[in-house]
Amino acid sequence: MYILKSRILKGVVTRHIDPKLSGEIESAGLELKSLIRKKFARSLYIREVDTGSCGACESEIISANNPIYDIQRFGINFVASPRHADALLVTGPVSKNMLVALKKTFEAMPEPKFVITLGDCALNGGIFKDSYYIEGPVKDILPAALHIPGCPPTPMAIIKALLAFLKK
Amino acid sequence: MDGSEIISGIKTKLQDFNAISVSKNYSDEICIKVDPQVFKDTCLALHKILPSPVMMLFALDERKAMGKFVINAVFASFRRSQWVILTMDIPQENPCFDSLAKSMYSANLFEREIWEMFGIEPKGNPDLRRLYLHDEVWPQGNYPLRKDFQKMKVGNLGEYKFGRVEGEGIFEVPVGPVHAGIIGPGHFRFSVAGEPIINLEIRFGFTHRGVEKIFEGKSISDAIRFSERVSGDSSFAHSLSFAQAAEKISGISVSLRTAYLRGIFLELERMYNHANDAGGIALDVGFSFPAAYASIIKESILALNEKLTGSRYLKNINSVGRVSVDFDGSKKSILQESIGKIKQDFDELVKILNSSVSFMDRVDTAGVLKKKTAFDLGVVGLAGRASGIPTDLRKYFPGIYKEAKFKMVTQGAGDVLARLRVRIFEFEESCRLIEEFAARMPGDEKIENDPKPKEGSALGYVEGWRGPVLYWLKTDSSGLIERCKIVDPSFHNWQALSYAVLGNIIPDFPLCNKSFDLSYSGNDL
Repeated sequence: MYILKSRILKGVVTRHIDPKLSGEIESAGLELKSLIRKKFARSLYIREVDTGSCGACESEIISANNPIYDIQRFGINFVASPRHADALLVTGPVSKNMLVALKKTFEAMPEPKFVITLGDCALNGGIFKDSYYIEGPVKDILPAALHIPGCPPTPMAIIKALLAFLKK
Repeated sequence: MDGSEIISGIKTKLQDFNAISVSKNYSDEICIKVDPQVFKDTCLALHKILPSPVMMLFALDERKAMGKFVINAVFASFRRSQWVILTMDIPQENPCFDSLAKSMYSANLFEREIWEMFGIEPKGNPDLRRLYLHDEVWPQGNYPLRKDFQKMKVGNLGEYKFGRVEGEGIFEVPVGPVHAGIIGPGHFRFSVAGEPIINLEIRFGFTHRGVEKIFEGKSISDAIRFSERVSGDSSFAHSLSFAQAAEKISGISVSLRTAYLRGIFLELERMYNHANDAGGIALDVGFSFPAAYASIIKESILALNEKLTGSRYLKNINSVGRVSVDFDGSKKSILQESIGKIKQDFDELVKILNSSVSFMDRVDTAGVLKKKTAFDLGVVGLAGRASGIPTDLRKYFPGIYKEAKFKMVTQGAGDVLARLRVRIFEFEESCRLIEEFAARMPGDEKIENDPKPKEGSALGYVEGWRGPVLYWLKTDSSGLIERCKIVDPSFHNWQALSYAVLGNIIPDFPLCNKSFDLSYSGNDL
């Protein structure tokens, strides 16, 4: 009721976003959208797996889905099941306990498929690489096609990295 | 205040109590060394008289220097603003100690942790299954936190045994470690009879990275960067707690300006997480409009963090004795202006949530954590306050919060709504505190805090947004870390979730889970 009432009273409420940021998101996003349309027949489905990250990378992936960035409108969708996914997005340095789950998730995905690593830990174990409980890096376990660097990478960095990769 | 009040308190429970030594290295810590025979009874006495759950219980490997293990138990005396650290020596041959868990349940997980990491057996603990080191990949007998541990020795692998509920019509529903959403990994094993959950067992360890071992041998300035990556949504609370422990050891007291800056950052971290959770709770009942609204609020706080510090998650700004960013006049006005707008948005969000009857119907009485259960489990922080347990380090160890007249909120119901209400109140209180801190912050001060390497041990503690983040730190004579024990509030509170969901249906589990919103990585270390 409250939402309806304020909608009637206030009309459509838009929010001021820094024009530089919004321009950046729009231009990168639209290019991304047209590439995804061409290469993936409309949309790119991604399944995310955390193999021991601290949670900051997840937080930024979720931020990329918020109404400011709204990566979904460019055709990128995060899906609940690996069976629906085109790409596997891996965060974290790969803890020993996650090795089997990571491999199984990848196996469950239909072909063709590719792997993206996100965050410094996923590249080479990051600051945890010398630990007794780390199996990483991801690229030694699965065929990683793209790495998105950062600790954590910002939503804008995620969008840009995907764009640069799909352009290739 | 010296330790005599605490000692006489213990004597009311244990007439012939005698400590081996009582020392007070810092104004807020009392260390009491006791004989192993009376360790258990002393712990129970402290548990009763303070009253406090076991805040920390951990071991140290001192075999090389002194030929023994050491076990420390940390309790909090909220009324006296004191930490009480009880110590005993354990001989290195067949190391063991009497389990406390049967009399004081909050010790249980700590004991299991000591067993798997050090191989010191808590005699009498009925459940010695390992928490982090999974039997499927890590053979028994490899104790990684022992100093002489080099590499995993190959041995027999095993399998984890879940607690089972058996009977007609009982179903088991395993979920995880890979979940449907973009979240951390954990395994949940539900036993249901019809719809209601009658048992939930949670298996952890999937994000175990060996954090405590990594700290060892590092210098303080290197290690602080690791503390920021223990739990990504509490980077600042972790680095602050670590820095405080290190500052106590080096005898540094930070300037008032630094203390206020840290206060502002700590509250900003609380705000973005509380906004995130308010939205998450709405999302988990399928109410997507306020969820989207909340994510805009979170984004604006993250963007504010970046403007102020260059880091959306407040990383790389804390160091021992100081923070590396400072506020000039323009940053201060950006802060004040943004907080005003964020507060308006949040008020709108609260109105949307409060005026939806169907939303209230879902969150009211869902996932109740009773006060007695919460107390016995040693639940801390936000979840504790929502169940009527008045624990908040900002109130009992106030520092800068005293001048700002910090108000603590508690709720009695212990349900999802109570946890949401605590968040809403705390968000508003954080806005007020930030304005207060920014106004009270004194002008530039000359800071000359270059920590010199020093030997010692100390406890750092910070009320992060989930609850108390505790770091117990020990350094050697060259200032390198010998042992760093970390306790994130998630470690205390995860088990509470298993009790809160009982009687609820599985579709309400994400809602109950989100209302606690605990960290996997902070728990698994």
